[in-house]
Order: sequence, then C-alpha cells, then structure tokens
Amino acid sequence: MSSDFLPQALVYLSAAVICVPIAKKIGMSSVLGYLISGIIIGPFVLGFIGQEGEGIMHVAEFGVVMMLFLIGLELEPEAFWEMRKAIAGFGFSQMIGTTVLLFGLFMLLGWEWTMSVSIGLALTMSSTAIVLQTLKEKGLSKSQAGEASFSVLLFQDIAVIPILAVLPLLATTDVTPDAAHSSILGELPAWLQTVIVIGAVASIYAVGTYLVVPLLRLIAKTGLREMFTASSLLLVVAVAFLMEMVGLSPALGTFVAGVVLANSEFRHELESDIEPFKGLLLGLFFMGVGASINFQLLAESPGQIATIVCTVIFVKFAVLFAIGKTFKLKNDQNFMFALGLSQVGEFAFVLLSFTGQLNIIDQEWLGKLTAVTAISMMTTPLLLLLNEKVISRFFGTKEIPDKRPADEIDEQHQVIIAGFGHFGSTIGRLLRANGIEATILDNNSDQVELLRRMGFKVYYGDATRIDLLKSAGIENAKLLIAAIDSPEINNELIKTVTKHYGHVKVLARARNRFDAYELMEMGVTNIYRETLYTSVHLAIDALQELGFRKYTATRQGQKFISYDEKALERLAGSRGDMKEYAINARREIEIQEKLLQNDLLLDFSAEDHSWDSNFVKETLMGKK
Amino acid sequence: MQNRVLVLFAHPLFEKSRIHKSLVNHIPEGITFHDLYQEYPEFNIDIEKEKELLLNHDIIIWEHPIYWYSCPALLKQWIDVVLEAGWAYGPKGNALESKLVMQVLSTGGARTTYQPDGYHQFTLQEFLTPFNRTTTLCKMIYLPPFVGHGSHRMGDEELLALGQDYAFLLDHFQRNKLDVEEIQKYEYLNDWLTENGIA
Repeated sequence: MSSDFLPQALVYLSAAVICVPIAKKIGMSSVLGYLISGIIIGPFVLGFIGQEGEGIMHVAEFGVVMMLFLIGLELEPEAFWEMRKAIAGFGFSQMIGTTVLLFGLFMLLGWEWTMSVSIGLALTMSSTAIVLQTLKEKGLSKSQAGEASFSVLLFQDIAVIPILAVLPLLATTDVTPDAAHSSILGELPAWLQTVIVIGAVASIYAVGTYLVVPLLRLIAKTGLREMFTASSLLLVVAVAFLMEMVGLSPALGTFVAGVVLANSEFRHELESDIEPFKGLLLGLFFMGVGASINFQLLAESPGQIATIVCTVIFVKFAVLFAIGKTFKLKNDQNFMFALGLSQVGEFAFVLLSFTGQLNIIDQEWLGKLTAVTAISMMTTPLLLLLNEKVISRFFGTKEIPDKRPADEIDEQHQVIIAGFGHFGSTIGRLLRANGIEATILDNNSDQVELLRRMGFKVYYGDATRIDLLKSAGIENAKLLIAAIDSPEINNELIKTVTKHYGHVKVLARARNRFDAYELMEMGVTNIYRETLYTSVHLAIDALQELGFRKYTATRQGQKFISYDEKALERLAGSRGDMKEYAINARREIEIQEKLLQNDLLLDFSAEDHSWDSNFVKETLMGKK
Repeated sequence: MQNRVLVLFAHPLFEKSRIHKSLVNHIPEGITFHDLYQEYPEFNIDIEKEKELLLNHDIIIWEHPIYWYSCPALLKQWIDVVLEAGWAYGPKGNALESKLVMQVLSTGGARTTYQPDGYHQFTLQEFLTPFNRTTTLCKMIYLPPFVGHGSHRMGDEELLALGQDYAFLLDHFQRNKLDVEEIQKYEYLNDWLTENGIA
C-alpha cells in the first residue's frame, strides 16, 4: 500500500458518493453516475487522477469477474444448460453479423484487411459490466431482453479466447505479445489447447463440487465470519488465476464456478460476501473508463470520433435488432436488447491494446478507438433513458384504438388493477365475471398481448408513471387495486396515487405483515395479506382433518383473521420509530414472539357460547 | 327398499350435542345422511347438488335442534335457496310433488312447556307452521315431527332409548309403504310409534 493510497481512496470514494446518488435522483442509472464521476476526477477536468487511472482499471476489471461469479451463482446448472441454444443462437449471430458489417465498412474506408478484421472483432464486443448492471438495476434480468442480452455477453466471453489466439496470426511483424495476454498454452498444438481448456473447465466443476463445498462447510463451522468472506474471495481469485494461466477468460471461469456452486447450501452466503466487493470494484471500473477518455484526442478530431461512435453504435444496434426480430422478441423487449448491447465493451480495451502490441494498428488509432469505446459506454445509459422515456411509449399503448372523446368517457373504467400476475389476474377475473371491466396496468409485454386478445383494456408500462396512470384514467377512477409483485414498486405506486389522486380508494396487496405495516403508515386501510387468508384456509382444513367439525374450524378461522388484523393494528402502533430498513431479522423475531405470546392468552371459545346447550343449561338452571 | 330416505342434518355445534350424537349414531344402513354444516361451512350451498339429492329420495327428513322456535340458520338458508320458484313451487314447480317430509327435532324444554297453558304458550306443531306451509306449498306431504324434548335433563338411558326409536322409525320408513293419513292423525311420530306398539 503506497503512501498515496489514502488520498486516492478519498478522491474515488467521494466522487462516487457525490455523483451516483445525484445520477439516481435524476433518473439515470448508477453506471452513468460512475462514468461522470470518473470524467470529473480524471485528468481533463479536475485532474485528481492522471495516468494511474489505467492501473486502477486492471484492478477494477476484477469487478467484472466477480459479477460473472455472482451471475453464475444465480443460475443453476440445469437452467444454464437450457440456455445453450440461446447462447449459440443470439451470441453467434451477433458476433458474425456485427464483425462482418464493420469489416465491410472499414474495407470501404481503405484500411488494411488485417486492421479491419481485428478492429471489427474488438468493436463487436459489448460491455458485460454496463449491460448486466443496468438490467439488474431495472429489474429486467429475467425478462426476454435480459436473457437474450446475457446469452450474447456470455458468447462474447467465450469468443474472446479464440480471438486472442487468432490475432497474432494477423500480425505482420514478428512481435510476440507481452506476457499478460499469452499463456502457457501458446506453444502447444491446437488440439491439445482444446483439451486443456475443456479440462480446466471440467476441473472447476469437479473441484467445486467435491472440494470447495466440503471446505466451505469446515470453514463455516469455525463461526468466523471474516474467514468465510476470505474464502469466498480466495475462491474467486483462485479460479480467475487458474483461468488466466491456461489462457481462458477469468470471467468465464468464475462464471462456471458460480454455476457449480449455485446448488450448494452456501449460495446465499457467497452472494452476500462477494456482492459489496463486486459493487465497489465495478464502480471503480466505470470511473476508470470515465477517467481514461482522452479529451485531447476528442478535441483534435471531434467530428471523426463522433462519426465512428455513431456508426459503430448504429451497426451494432441494427444487427442486434434484426437478431431480436428473427428470434421474435417483442418490439419493446427488442429495443431494450438492441440498445442495451449497442456499446463497445471492456473486452475491446483488451483486444485493442493487444492489436496495438501486435502492430496491427498504430498508436493514434489505438487512442482514438479506446476513446470511441469509452464514449460508446457512456451512451448506453443515455440511450436506455431515451428508450424508457420516449420510445417505449409507442409500444403497448399505441394499440389502443383512438376513440372519439365522447366514447372515451364511456370507456373509462372505474377500477384500475396495477399488476396482473397471479394475484391481480384472479381479482380481474372475479370482477369480470361480475360484469366489472377493469383497466389493467402491467409491464410484461407477453402478458399484455394475451390480455388484449382476451378483450381486456391493458396499458403496458411502469405503473408508477403518472402519465401512464393518467391515460389509464386515474382521474375518473373509483378504485385502484395495487397488486404488483414487488412491494417497493407497489408502495411507490400507492404513494404517487394518494398524493395526486386523493379521491381514489386504494386496495393494496401485501405479502406479509411487514408490508402491511408500511402500507398502514402510508394511510392505506384496505390491506390484503397474501399470507393470511391462504394460511388460515389451510389451517381450517388441517383442523378438519384432525377431527374438528368443518363449521367450527371455519368459525375459528374467521375469528383468527379478525383477531390477527386487530393485532396487526396494535403492533403497528407500537412499532414506533422502526424505519424502512430497521426491520431486521432480530426485530422480525421479536414481533413473532410477541404475537405467539398473545396467542397463548387467547381462547376463542371462552367468548362464544353460541349453540352450546351446556352453557344454556348452566345459565338457565344455575348448575355448574 | 320401499322408500329412499334422506336425512338433511343441520347442527352448528354437533360436537357438543349429546342428543343429536345419539340420534345420528342410530341412523341405519341405506339412509342418505347429509351433514349441511359440514358440507357448507361458509354457507355457500351447492343448489344443483341439493336438488339432485332431493330428486333421488322419497322421504326427506330435516334433523335439527330448535333454536328460537325455529331451525338453525344454515337450514333456513337451505330452504331459501334450494326450494326455487318454478322448481319446488309455483305453476311449473312440481319437482318435489308428493314426496314425504318430516322434522326430527330436539328442544331444551319438556313437552309440557309446549302447551297453550305451558311456559311457551303454543304447541310445537304451531311453532312449526312455517315448515308445514313451506312444504305443503311445494306439494309435499308434511308428516308430524319426531321430537326429543327436554334435552337438558335427558340421562344416558333416555338418550339411548330415543336413538333406538329413531333407528326403528327410519328402518320402518325405508321398508314399508306408509299409511300417510293414519300417521298424520298423531301430534308426534313418537306417539305413533308407542301407540302402535311398533317400538
């Protein structure tokens, strides 16, 4: 640790802490926040960091490696195996399509064919860091666009290896690349390399299953929290190191390790241990990208660089969009997919500097293309913002035929259902069966299309957007049924509606009593806990199976519901200063305990003598 | 079998009723026993199913305790929703025509309290007028009730005897063609059993 560690840490951390929240506040992704803070502290604005930015980039690239480990952890081997066709289909066509088009363009410019090929390959890469981080932030990882993007990125990760192997063949000079990008495999024949590569992946699988898991069990037994963190980090570092040794992409290796460990009982511990490191390193990485943009080059030939950036992004977008169309992505998903992957990624830095060492391109072009890469990374968050605010509005809502104003008033429904998953759709079906048509808001485009065919009036999009609520007719609505899966979004929706449209009665879905507390604090009175009615129903049936009369059990269940709802109000009152994130596990257990204690004092039968002839007899005849 | 007998049983707190336990335990083989509170704890009566049951039987028995000179709420609900106009009554409502119907009852008070000069001031038959009229309107034949009076004071032996009478009555109904006019002369079916020395 050098003496300038502290000031550097101070600069990076404060830049991040200032810029990222501001970026989030004005509706941009955190990635853009990091990039901007990188530019600000970089050599061309404040100059807090100079050329050492590049050194930091190397450390920070490790964030990408960690991210792939975490992604692997979330993907079980079966799920991964099921994706193989998507990876090959989306990934292969993107790689070939984009490279060929860019190659053609560069040839037209009269570049050398070797330069055209290698730059084409480099610029084909998209940024795993930006795309996955953005998708995760927007909660779109599991969407069609999310999975397609992931397939493309994974394919690129794999493709980097053969590309690094092929590039030296294009070199006109005999310069051997520096050690960082060569491997011990370099001199071996191709078939043996393949065997070793496959062997390395297989060994990760074997070691992960038979060695790492038992080892983690041992370490977990020591009860030392930091030891577990250390072993998590060690695991990732070791895998990355092994991969670099055999010349594979460390990201790919840790991804495989993640997949292998996804089935183990340590999945969540590993996730929570690595997560903060990943977040910080990725942030550092994005700041490094921001800082490395060479504004001097930009100033010298702004037109040329801008043209290249635009052309590259457009070509990448066009190829991706065509692929999305071929694979039948819905338009909204396709825009997200194609715009999301339209930037040039961090692998380009690696490939470009490698081609530079091979003397395939000269230093000037290397600088320019590196700038192009960094700038293109900056455009993605902006393009996605544009997509969200402008383009996506044309989808979903546009299929609703324009009605004459008079009709529109007739068409307005009194009920709006936000969120039409399993929960909301049940409500909609029951209402519809009773002749009540509701206006539905949902952000799943597949679902939306199906519902439209079934004659539902559906608005596609983010239900928390006021303009969407307006076009759904919130101003004339009587009821809002807030049935969105995510409690955070549901709460946000309710806040917006109660603030701007106080006349609308809100009926809110809550997963559990903690969601219910929050809703009560927001002043919602009609709260429906998923975990109350169903559980009580089950308990009634359980009592019946154990010999209780069905009607008695049902009455007990009904009484329990009203008792529990009263208890909820009482506890919500005593909840006092518990704030948003203060409901930690311990507090949760405390509340459980209080509930269970109160239950002990509870005797439903004591307060109810309906139909009890013994009680009547005792009361009327004075017998005890 | 001469008659197919359906017992529609309505008791919201069967688990605590000594008298109805004894009665129900004595219901003989071959009788359809339909426990309404067990079947419809949320009062959501399956009307079609109930109609089907009625159509498939010749003698319908409502077995229930007397609450406030009437039947438990679910049986009233059952009467309200199952006996539909145009099916059970009205110009085209002939589905239940000439079926026999009767009540099997328990009361807290002794038989003597159900007299014009007794505590309740009316006879049980008088209190049962709504049931009599309802079933007559449905073109059914209303038979006198079988009653267990004074359930509060009944000892185990009396309970057993009552149950055995009930068993005998149901068995008899199943096997024999009934002389309806003869039976209707009695106030209670209990009396008919005793006087004819059947029980």
